[in-house]
Amino acid sequence: MQDVRDALYIGHRSDGTLTRRPMSPHLQVYRFRLSMFLSIANRAAGVAAAAGAALGVCWLNAAAKGPESFKKVQKVTRHPLGKLALVGWTLALVYHFVAGLRHLAWDAGYRFEKKNINEDGPVAVGVTVGATLVLVATIFGLAACRSRKKAS
Amino acid sequence: MNATHMPRMDVMRSQLSRARGLGSAKTGVNHWWMERMSAVALVPLSGWFVLQVMRLAGSSQEDVVEWGGKPTNSSMLLALMVLTFYHMQLGLQVIIDDYVHGKPHLPASLLMKGVTFLIGLFAVIAVLKLALAPSRKASA
Repeated sequence: MQDVRDALYIGHRSDGTLTRRPMSPHLQVYRFRLSMFLSIANRAAGVAAAAGAALGVCWLNAAAKGPESFKKVQKVTRHPLGKLALVGWTLALVYHFVAGLRHLAWDAGYRFEKKNINEDGPVAVGVTVGATLVLVATIFGLAACRSRKKAS
Repeated sequence: MNATHMPRMDVMRSQLSRARGLGSAKTGVNHWWMERMSAVALVPLSGWFVLQVMRLAGSSQEDVVEWGGKPTNSSMLLALMVLTFYHMQLGLQVIIDDYVHGKPHLPASLLMKGVTFLIGLFAVIAVLKLALAPSRKASA
């Protein structure tokens, strides 16, 4: 027994033999719902946003350190894989923001009925995808314009 | 059974959990509340951050130094960094509490706290250096 709480999971079958009752959450018994995905996605997005923030701090540090360090970081941010990571970070931040606003609304007692939550889920997905696309297009567009101006 | 031998059940908890000292340590509300408060503060700060990223996209180091030298920007950046890493620590603590059981819980929590604290501190120092003593010229 790894955990004292395991003691509470011992149950009896109808024939009297002992069995270990399943621990919650026993995912396999539930039908897939959007709300369950959005819930765990918020947590995953939080972790991804945290990892991205650590990289963002590296960018900040490079800017403070000098032009040479900054160029090294720019090599990463201009590489296709670096760009992909930036898009992923944006997506994580936007979704964590949207889901966070929903949580704040729930905590204040709004939109917390099952009906509301099922209605708002697809809206949250739409807003996240839309806002991410707009942000990525705007930021990469601006970056491309500025570098072209400097080159010419 | 004689009723006087029955344990008094003033609280809805098992005698085992009371004896083991499990359950509320009476500090959970503060953690929950501070997570919410830092989230609320991060809403306008994130909006500001997005605008600044748009302003800085494609900038050279020189532009970033000029931007980071303005007191408004460095103050907002400091607030953003402190609150981001504080909120991060609170959030990751909940994840560890949920998934790491038994003995590894304490070392996992301490490691997470140490790492988030150090990266947060690093962020603050980077902002201060950018604001007060940035290197403009490439070193030889």
